[in-house]
Amino acid sequence: MEKLVVVGNGMAGIACVEQILRHAPKFNITIFGDETHVNYNRILLSSVLAGEKSIEEITLNGLNWYQQHDIALRLGVRITDVDAGAKTVTGDDGSVTGFDKLLLATGSLPVIPSIQDVMKDGVFVFRNLDDTRSLLERARPGLKAVVIGGGLLGLEAARGLQVQGCDVTVVHLMETLMERQLDVTGGSYLANKMNELGITVLLGLSTTAILGKGKVERVQFKGGGTIPADLVVIAAGIRPNIELGQKAGLDTKRGIVVNDYMETSNPDVFAVGECVQHNGICYGLVAPLLEQGKVLAATITGNKGPKYEGTVLASKLKIMGVDVFSAGEIGDKVDGSEVIRYEDPSLGIYKKLTLKASKLTGVILVGDTSDSHRYMEWLRSGTDLASMRRQLLFPDTGGDAGMDVAKISDNETVCGCMGVTKGVIVHAIHERGVNTLAQLKECTKASTGCGSCTELCQQLLKAVAPEFEEESRKVLCKCVPFAEDNLREIVRSQRLKSVQEVLDIYGNGQGCEVCKPALSYMLDMLWCGDHDEDRSARFINDRVHANIQKDGTFSVIPRIRGGVTSAAELRRIADVAEKYRVPLVKITGSQRIDLLGVKKSDLPKVWADLGMTSGQAYTKGVRMVKTCVGTDFCRFGTQDSTSAGIELERRLENLFTPHKLKMAVVGCPRNCAEATVKDIGLVGQEGSWQVVVGGAAGKKVRKADLLITVETTEQALDASGIFFQYYRENANYLERTYDFVERIGIEKVRKETVYAAEPQKQALRGRLHKSKARSRDAWLERNEPRTATQFVQIEMMDGVLV
Amino acid sequence: MKNETKWIRVTYAHNIPLREGRAVRIAESEIAIFNLGGRFLAVENRCPHREGPLAEGIVSGTTVVCPLHAWKFNLENGQGVSPASSAHCVRSFRTRVEDNVIWLELPANFFTESQALLGCMEQQAEGATEACSVARV
Repeated sequence: MEKLVVVGNGMAGIACVEQILRHAPKFNITIFGDETHVNYNRILLSSVLAGEKSIEEITLNGLNWYQQHDIALRLGVRITDVDAGAKTVTGDDGSVTGFDKLLLATGSLPVIPSIQDVMKDGVFVFRNLDDTRSLLERARPGLKAVVIGGGLLGLEAARGLQVQGCDVTVVHLMETLMERQLDVTGGSYLANKMNELGITVLLGLSTTAILGKGKVERVQFKGGGTIPADLVVIAAGIRPNIELGQKAGLDTKRGIVVNDYMETSNPDVFAVGECVQHNGICYGLVAPLLEQGKVLAATITGNKGPKYEGTVLASKLKIMGVDVFSAGEIGDKVDGSEVIRYEDPSLGIYKKLTLKASKLTGVILVGDTSDSHRYMEWLRSGTDLASMRRQLLFPDTGGDAGMDVAKISDNETVCGCMGVTKGVIVHAIHERGVNTLAQLKECTKASTGCGSCTELCQQLLKAVAPEFEEESRKVLCKCVPFAEDNLREIVRSQRLKSVQEVLDIYGNGQGCEVCKPALSYMLDMLWCGDHDEDRSARFINDRVHANIQKDGTFSVIPRIRGGVTSAAELRRIADVAEKYRVPLVKITGSQRIDLLGVKKSDLPKVWADLGMTSGQAYTKGVRMVKTCVGTDFCRFGTQDSTSAGIELERRLENLFTPHKLKMAVVGCPRNCAEATVKDIGLVGQEGSWQVVVGGAAGKKVRKADLLITVETTEQALDASGIFFQYYRENANYLERTYDFVERIGIEKVRKETVYAAEPQKQALRGRLHKSKARSRDAWLERNEPRTATQFVQIEMMDGVLV
Repeated sequence: MKNETKWIRVTYAHNIPLREGRAVRIAESEIAIFNLGGRFLAVENRCPHREGPLAEGIVSGTTVVCPLHAWKFNLENGQGVSPASSAHCVRSFRTRVEDNVIWLELPANFFTESQALLGCMEQQAEGATEACSVARV
C-alpha cells in the first residue's frame, strides 16, 4: 500500500477521497485539516448563520466515516511546508509525515481588501465554521452590521445577520450586486429585493478605513463619508490558496495549474478544488469539485483515462424569498449572440436568456427560479432550441413549477453539486426501496449540496416512489412556510422565545389557528417554560385549562392517577357537582370523572373545591394512565400494574405533547386496560414488562409496536420516558404516536430511543427531567390568574341602561 | 330602522389582553371585544353557525376563528371569511378608546330590540352584501 497524504479536510478533498475509495484499495490515507471540525458542507454556512440549519445538519462525513475507511484524520493541524524531494509534509505541530502521493485540497482564502485598520476588533471574515460561530456569538438584535462585498457570500451573510436581529448594510465596490453572475438589470432587481427585506444596499463605494477606539465604531469610504458599524463582515471574494503548491515547486498561476487528467507539474503531487486552475479557470463552486475529484481519483489510482473538461458555472443565491439563479454567459456583448428578456417590475421578476446559434449560452433568473433546472440542462447538453423558440420563457406545460419530471431523460443531471442523474435516483427508488428525501440523500447524496434540487427530487419521489412520504417536508402552514423540523431548529438556534417573534421574523407576522398553537407547543417543548408563553396564541382550552363545550361552558376532569380514587375524593367531587349545579357527571372512557357544563367564571372555584390537580383532558398533553387491578387483588396478575401506572402518570403528568397522549399499564397479557391500543402501554408478564408504543383505538385502530422488553418496572418506566421525550421532540404538531411511529418506522424509533447509545438516551432523559421540573399543575392559576379577566366575566361599566 | 346611535363606556382597555377577546354582556346580547394592539374591534359574540363564543377564538391578523368549528370572521366588518362557500357574517360595532376606557357605539334601539339585531341586518340594509341574507330576525 502506498501512503497518500491529503492536505485539506474540506468538501473537495473528501469528495475526491470518496471517489478514490471506489477504486481498488491502493492507499493508506492520512488527511490533515486545519479546522477542528469533520468535513461539512461549506456552502450551507450561510444557512447556519440564518438559523435554518444546525452545525450538525451540515456535517457531511462524521467521524465514523473516517474510521470505517481506516483513514487517519488529523484535525486542527495546519500543514506549513512540503518537501517534494524528500516527499514529506510538515505540520504546525512540528510533525513530519512522509508520503508516496500528495493531494493538495487547500481551497481558497478570503480576499482582504486593503482597508486601514482592517484587523480591528469587531471585523470578521465569513469563510469557515469558526467564523460562523464567532458571528453567531457576536450578532445581537439592534447591532449595526456592515457587510463589505455584495457577492453571493456577502448577501447571504447579510441576510443571516439580519435574521439575527442586526440592522444590516451591504457595501459593494461595484455598481451592480453579484456583478459576476448578474447583468445591470438583474443586479437592480436583486437590490430591490434586498431593500424589501430591510437590508440597505450601498453601491459603488470603496471602503478605506475601519474607525473606532479599540473596536469598530464606523466604516469610512473613499471621499470621507462614514456610516456607523458595531460589526463588520468582509466578504470581498476568495483567492486560491496556493502556498503549499508553490512550496512544492508546482506550476502555479492564480491557482495550481492542472491538466485534463488533474495532474500538476509533479507526477506525485495532485491538487483538486478551489486551489487549482484548469484551462485558465479557478472554480469557486461545488459542482466542479466533484467532477474534478472523479477524474483525479481515476488518475491517481492508475486508471488514467477520464478527462476533466471544465464545468458550466451556475450559482444560486440561498436566501429564503430572494430567488436568484445565474449560469453560463451573462454579458450582452458576445458576438453573434441574441438576448431574450422578460421583466415584470411589480412582481420583481427578471429573466434573461442568451442564445448563440440556437443554443443556450447563459441564463439569469431573478424573482422566479422555478425553471432553472430546465435551463441548466439545456446549457449542459447544448440542446438545439430552434423548435422551442416560443416556449423558451414560458413552457407550455401549463404546469405549476418548472417541468414535468416524466420528461427528464434518465441521464440528465438532477443534482449538479453531487452529479446525480435522474436515472440514479429512479434506480435508488426502485431497487433500494427509497421512499423519503432523507433516504434518497443517504443513498445517492442527491440534494446534499446547495439544496437547490430538493424540490425536483421531491417531485421525482412523488412521481416514482410507491410510498412517498410527503409529510416530512410539509410546511407548518402558509403563515410560516417551513417544515416543522426546520422550525424547531430555527427556534432553537435563534433562541426565539415567543410565538410572535417567530411569526415576525419567519412568517407573515399574523399567524392563525393552525400555526399559533403549534408554535406555542414548540416553544414550550424547547424552552420548558423559560419562554414568553403567549396565551393569545393558544386555543381557548389552554387559556382556561378546561374543555370548551358546544354551549360555551366547560368540562372539568381532575387527575385520578391510574384510575385510583378514594372515598374522600369522590365525596368532594359530589359536593362540587351539587354546589355548582353541574348538569352532567360522567365516568369517562379513561377511568376518570368528568364534570360537564361548568361556567368559565366558576372554574377557579371548582378546582379549589375539588382539591385535585388538572387531568389535562382539554389539551394536547399527558392524559391518563389506565390500569387494571394487577397483582394486589387479581388472581391472574403477574405485575403490580396499578402502582406502575400511578408512577408512570406521576412522572409524565403536566407535560405537553404534540397531540394527546394516552397510556395504560396492564398486569398480565389479558390486557384488561387495553394497553396495546394506547400511545404508550406496559404489558406485564411473568418476570418482565413489554413496553409497546403507537397503539390507537380512536379514529384509527392500530395495535401498538413492541419497543422493548425489560425485566424491572423501573426499566419499563425509563423506556417509556425515553420514548415519550423522543416523540415530544420529533413529532409534528397534531401527529399522534401511531402516525409518528409509522412515519419514522419502529426500527428507527427503537434505534434512536431505547437502543440508542447511552449518551443519547441520557440526553433524552435529561431534557425530559428539565421539562418536568419546570412543569406545574395548570389549575394552580386559580390563585394567580394570568390576567385579571382570565376567568372573569366583564361587566359593562355604564350599567345596563344608558 | 332608525339610524340613531349611542356611545357607551364598556370596560378598561387593560382588561382585554393583546390579541385576545373578551365577551361583555350588554342587555340581552354579548359583544366580543378584541385587542389588536392599540386598536379594539367589536363584533357580536355569537357565531352564526352554532352560536360559538367568538370572544374565545384565536385572533389571526384582523380575523377571529370560532373556537367550536373554526369559522372565521373579519373583525373589521363582521364578514365571514371561511368557509368561503357559505354566506354568513356577524354584526360589527365601532369602538374608540378614551382615557384607557373602551367605548362602544350601539344603535339607540339596541336595548329594546337587541334580539332582533343579531346577525348583520344593518349592513344588509346599507347594501353591503347579498351574503347576509341569513341574518336572524
